[in-house]
Amino acid sequence: MDNKISSVGKVQTQSFESKETLILESGDQLESLEMIFETYGNLNPERTNAILVCHALSGNHHSAGYYEDPDERKGWWDSLIGPGKAIDTDKYFVVSPNNLGGCHGTTGPTSIDPKTQEIYGPDFPMVTVSDWVNCQALLADHLGIKVWHSVIGGSLGGMQALNWSITYPDRIRKAIVIAAAPKLSAQNIAFNEVARQAIITDSDYQDGYYLKAGKSPKRGLRLARMVGHITYLSDEAMRDKFGRELKEDKLNFGYGAEFEVESYLRYQGDVFSESFDANTYLLMTKLLDYFDPADKCDGSLVKAFEPIKAQVMVVSFTSDWRFSPERSKEISDALLEANKNVSYLEIESTHGHDSFLFSEDRYVRAIKAFLGSGQ
Amino acid sequence: MSTLSVIEKWVEVRSKVLDLGCGNGNILSELQKTKDVIGLGVEIEEKNIEECLLQNINVIEQNIDDGLINFSNDSFDVVILSQTIQVLKNPNTALGEITRIGKTCIVTIPNFGHWRSRLSLLFNGRMPVTSPLPESWHATPNIHLCTLKDFEMLCSELLITIEERVTVNSNNENKWYLNIWPNLFSASAIYKISK
Repeated sequence: MDNKISSVGKVQTQSFESKETLILESGDQLESLEMIFETYGNLNPERTNAILVCHALSGNHHSAGYYEDPDERKGWWDSLIGPGKAIDTDKYFVVSPNNLGGCHGTTGPTSIDPKTQEIYGPDFPMVTVSDWVNCQALLADHLGIKVWHSVIGGSLGGMQALNWSITYPDRIRKAIVIAAAPKLSAQNIAFNEVARQAIITDSDYQDGYYLKAGKSPKRGLRLARMVGHITYLSDEAMRDKFGRELKEDKLNFGYGAEFEVESYLRYQGDVFSESFDANTYLLMTKLLDYFDPADKCDGSLVKAFEPIKAQVMVVSFTSDWRFSPERSKEISDALLEANKNVSYLEIESTHGHDSFLFSEDRYVRAIKAFLGSGQ
Repeated sequence: MSTLSVIEKWVEVRSKVLDLGCGNGNILSELQKTKDVIGLGVEIEEKNIEECLLQNINVIEQNIDDGLINFSNDSFDVVILSQTIQVLKNPNTALGEITRIGKTCIVTIPNFGHWRSRLSLLFNGRMPVTSPLPESWHATPNIHLCTLKDFEMLCSELLITIEERVTVNSNNENKWYLNIWPNLFSASAIYKISK
């Protein structure tokens, strides 16, 4: 399919600054905000073709294209964003921000606190999905986008899309909520807690002031990523990809990386621990744990969905056990009960939770159809 | 009068319509145009689901055989079950469920008592393969075929009221001669039922 070769090409990072005090859900305040983002495609004169793409845990604003070399690692959703792709940049103007608390340029734990002139580190305030969505709304204002054609995201990104449709019902026409859940289960929180403990108990964590101490809790971050990564894949995907393959032909009777899967996880952990900030990782896992729109409505998701005006498409994947199809069904059923415009798709895929990153044919066609209908 | 025009006649303007086994969404699409209904389809075929999305019809991927508990009592003005009941594992459960969910229900069924089916079985001694039911016995998804009489008896057992019935021939037309012996001459029937 030409789908795979076409690309948005070379992209540039843009930034937006807001000098207004930002009041966070926790009650904390941020005096200013810098937000890093990328855009692909062109905004039409009526400003009606803008799509907001929301990243997941450990994601960032670089969702499509490349910076310098066409052979470099492309943006995290390059499989879906581009000319003729599911999110067609020939038709839509795609906006992809790095969220508040991130570590790729947007104000976050690695930024300088204007009050103290020191790096925030662990003193960066806790932020929530609602805070993220509010910042994205400021970015929309800055770009002159009154109403999003669509807001789309997978996993934590899907939760932002859902939150958008609740918080700003008049500013969003369509939402695609992919591989998400209405709130985390005890098991989900448990995995996040293991990841956090791995980081916090790393002696280089230094109570969060590791940058000041010239250190980095890489071992913890690496372990956190390894645990997380297991939950993104399915048993089947791991069996297909690695099975019990050995790196060498024989057993070494030691603790080195003998099985392919061990070496893969170590590699993933290494790469991640070099490029991601530990405080941001802690913050984002906590933000996931806190997400629960029903909580403000006596635990009723149906009530929480009351304000929604957008047409919502909920998508799940059969092999996803992190946020299984049943979790997506909870969202879809509550939307039905609340009398909202909802479509629900359960897509056959073996890639587990990560399926939302792949351009499986049916998935691509469904997104295209949903985005393109009823203009 | 065709099946679709009968359904159209029975559906009020701006009512809330659930089409179970909605196929490519053609009934809902028509009802949205002519009756301005708020439509929702339920379907399991991937291709059909995509067609619904393309037509801007809300569609839920769900197997009716797995139950319909996610739809609450009387939550729709009309529930349509068109040419679908014969592929379900438990037609009686489904009938109970649709009359719980819909204030009224429209069910269309292929009539296995049609003279072509009868003659085919009588003379060929084999399970009928006809144009409305084209697959052979082992390959057909139609595991619960019935005649008009069978369907009406099941409704009465389930205490479901048949409010109206229109029958059509194999060209999907409602002709006068069908009324002479509906269970022999009709290829399909459209029922309006409620509980």
